[in-house]
Amino acid sequence: MADCNETLRELEAFLDGELPRATHDSVHIHLEGCMDCLQAFDFHAELRAVVREKCSNDEMPPGLLAKIEACFGEDFDGDGVVG
Amino acid sequence: MQHAPQLYSAAMRMTRNRADAEDLVQETYLRAYRGFHGFEDGTNLRAWLFRILTNTYINSYRSKQRRVQETELNDVEDLYLYRRISNVDQASRSAEDTLFDLFTDDEVKAALEDLPENFRLPVLLADVEEFSYKEIAEMLDIPIGTVMSRLHRGRKAMQRALADYATDRGMLSRTPASSEDPVDG
Repeated sequence: MADCNETLRELEAFLDGELPRATHDSVHIHLEGCMDCLQAFDFHAELRAVVREKCSNDEMPPGLLAKIEACFGEDFDGDGVVG
Repeated sequence: MQHAPQLYSAAMRMTRNRADAEDLVQETYLRAYRGFHGFEDGTNLRAWLFRILTNTYINSYRSKQRRVQETELNDVEDLYLYRRISNVDQASRSAEDTLFDLFTDDEVKAALEDLPENFRLPVLLADVEEFSYKEIAEMLDIPIGTVMSRLHRGRKAMQRALADYATDRGMLSRTPASSEDPVDG
């Protein structure tokens, strides 16, 4: 079973879903028995969710979609090729 | 065009201004339209569009903007923000204070946008867009190990910036001068 240092070292890859199965499982087992590490993992999972939410909520300018669609039928960049 | 809002938000984080973000999204769709024969059925349309977005940004827009050198980031200790927030006297935080409320949208956006570009793109693609290391490596044409190390350092720098915002607003106390990091250049 992994100790705290080994577990914390895998924090990012764990939250990224990038750990090999066996390592993922051993981290998981450690977290079930270690409140300190669990708190750290929870914090970073929550932070990740906050970043995702707050960085992906820009409102598209009205008219952008229409502008894109209009371009599909035009020689947009003047290279002589339509579309 | 179900992916357009996501592409636009990502374009905002990349270009950091509305006019360029609009142009970038538009250019992305045009390239996608022209290259659609290159899109293989059964592959991930969203990843394909983001790959075009990223390439278009790197090739066209980056050079238009103030050329940022491959900046290095000052080192920030692991779990920086976590430790700073854990140190706050629990009694001084109200129970409903969540991480979500601690930072404004603009602060989180700025923390990401202020990262040097070689760190900003991996963090954007991983933490906001949830692409895998492999997908990001392909989009940015860098090895997976480089993706991982840039994510690690970029995330820490972002946490440092967030801690600074919270400190400026008096929501975190200033730390004792234990870590004497120079201001990020």
